[in-house]
Amino acid sequence: MPLLEIKDLRATVGDREILKGIDLTINSGEVHAIMGPNGSGKSTLAQVLAGRELYVVTGGQVIYGGKDLLAMSPEDRAREGIFLAFQYPVEIPGVSNMYFLKAALNAIRKHHGQAELDAMDFLALVKDRMKYLEMDQALLNRPVNTGFSGGEKKRNEIFQMAVLEPKLAILDETDSGLDIDALRIVASGVNALRSPERAMIVVTHYQRLLNYIVPDYVHVLAEGRIVKSGGKELALELEESGYAGLGIADEEEAVGKL
Amino acid sequence: MTAVAEQTGAWLQQLRETAFQRFQELGFPTTHDEEWRFTNVAPIARLVGHALACPSNALNCPPEALPYLGKYAPFQNHAFVALNTAFFQDVTYIHIPRGQVVEQPIQIAYGASSAVSHPRTLIVVGPDAHCTIVETYSGTGAYFTNAVTEIVAGSGSVVDHYKVQLESSSAFHVGVMCASLGRSANFSATSISLGGALVRNEVTATLSEGTDATLNGLYLVNGRQHVDNHTSIDHAMPHGTSHELYKGILDDQASAVFNGRIIVRKDAQKTDSKQTNKNLVLSDEAVIDTKPELQIFADDVRCTHGATIGQLDAESLFYLQSRGIGKQDARSLLTYAFAQDIVDRIKVQSLRDSLERILFEKFHERAN
Repeated sequence: MPLLEIKDLRATVGDREILKGIDLTINSGEVHAIMGPNGSGKSTLAQVLAGRELYVVTGGQVIYGGKDLLAMSPEDRAREGIFLAFQYPVEIPGVSNMYFLKAALNAIRKHHGQAELDAMDFLALVKDRMKYLEMDQALLNRPVNTGFSGGEKKRNEIFQMAVLEPKLAILDETDSGLDIDALRIVASGVNALRSPERAMIVVTHYQRLLNYIVPDYVHVLAEGRIVKSGGKELALELEESGYAGLGIADEEEAVGKL
Repeated sequence: MTAVAEQTGAWLQQLRETAFQRFQELGFPTTHDEEWRFTNVAPIARLVGHALACPSNALNCPPEALPYLGKYAPFQNHAFVALNTAFFQDVTYIHIPRGQVVEQPIQIAYGASSAVSHPRTLIVVGPDAHCTIVETYSGTGAYFTNAVTEIVAGSGSVVDHYKVQLESSSAFHVGVMCASLGRSANFSATSISLGGALVRNEVTATLSEGTDATLNGLYLVNGRQHVDNHTSIDHAMPHGTSHELYKGILDDQASAVFNGRIIVRKDAQKTDSKQTNKNLVLSDEAVIDTKPELQIFADDVRCTHGATIGQLDAESLFYLQSRGIGKQDARSLLTYAFAQDIVDRIKVQSLRDSLERILFEKFHERAN
């Protein structure tokens, strides 16, 4: 049984249809890259899978681990192993990173009938996972993402993923706004978390990230549909000829040519 | 009776009779009074009754308090202050002599024991003295607490005052605090208002040259609670600084008022004043009236003010949920976080701890 099966998924925001029939099947252990120009629906797909209410699903279905994903609340999706690394991680003043992450981990553990971790065990786990991301411990005691640099926020997302150990991680433009050093750290963190029990969807505009996180499959999204799928070489092809090479309009590339 | 006691008694009786007469002239305010536009005190008037007589029993007040008593909380234009001045029985008098540093916070706990009570507090802090005062109000059942606190802070003194209002859910509470602050004094007043059915908190601070005053407040209302916070900061002299941050959380059909007056008098050049009022409204039916009231008569000053009224941030909620935290828990966590920065500013560790516990339980219980 595949981990995730998306069939003819359609979604709107306001009265604008953004996803116009997405089909995608993902098995555990696989890394799928979803590429596409701005406005193609990449981030919408990521948010719809995580349960953001802003988007209204108007058709199709999503089966996750044999269950109807779209019928589940965002928190239940997370408890069942879905993790979205946000393109724009939210700042939450007044809630410490540690408190937040412990509440999240224990909510997930409780859902699976596991005992909640006490402060000592939690700290031990956190210290172990911090190593993947070269995180500064001071960040943990600060309020969630508050006053973090762009790179620190992205690192914090992957750090949360390392602690929560999802079955399906969705990385929404995790590379945007990262300098090359930060990108290397984040990518090596992600690679350390690759496992046969875990699938990943890596959403990105640029091929650059895929030099570091090498995908098994690449899908190109345009105007709310997957227009081309292939292996990792498809990303390189895009790098060579741009989205225009596939006959896809890309605002940024058009501006670049002027 | 000694001659001094006799003199004191006579002076006090004179004060209370004057105040009583003034109260009768003023009567209880109505919503036609601008100062009481959003707060209807008719239920308090019914509880206190109309057939009042001026009491004549002896009062407990040390003679050395007399030069200060009644001088800072003006009963001439305030019915509730007049009522308190006419009816209080004891004065809680705290005097910190010049230069003395009191490290431990001084705790004053008022527990309502009768249908109507008039707690009276007088705090006199000498020049360069330091102290921290925590006033707590609580009780059970239906009653009315009419409190007046006067604070005189000498030049160069450091005074931190905390008022924690934990009255019962059917109580009425009117509390007026008036602080007269000396040259270069450093003063903070924090008002935490959690209980009561009908509540009015007033804080008035009069600054001198170079005085630094901080007024913080947190009010939490739900059910049909009503809390009204009126603050007044009077920059009477140059180089004064004031910072004010009041935050409110409203749920159900509760209502709240924030009225922040800042007066910068003609001589008060180089005044630096900042006022902020932020409100988190959790239901459709809760009502907040917020009003800054700036009266500026000097020309070389910096005064800013701002008020916000908002709901829980949908994106923050989704972020928490997307990590497995249940919707209700996420709501209570964000609500708690909203109050957190006021709690963080409290310098008394024990008070901060107990407030964190109270707030956490309050939000948790509401969430589940």
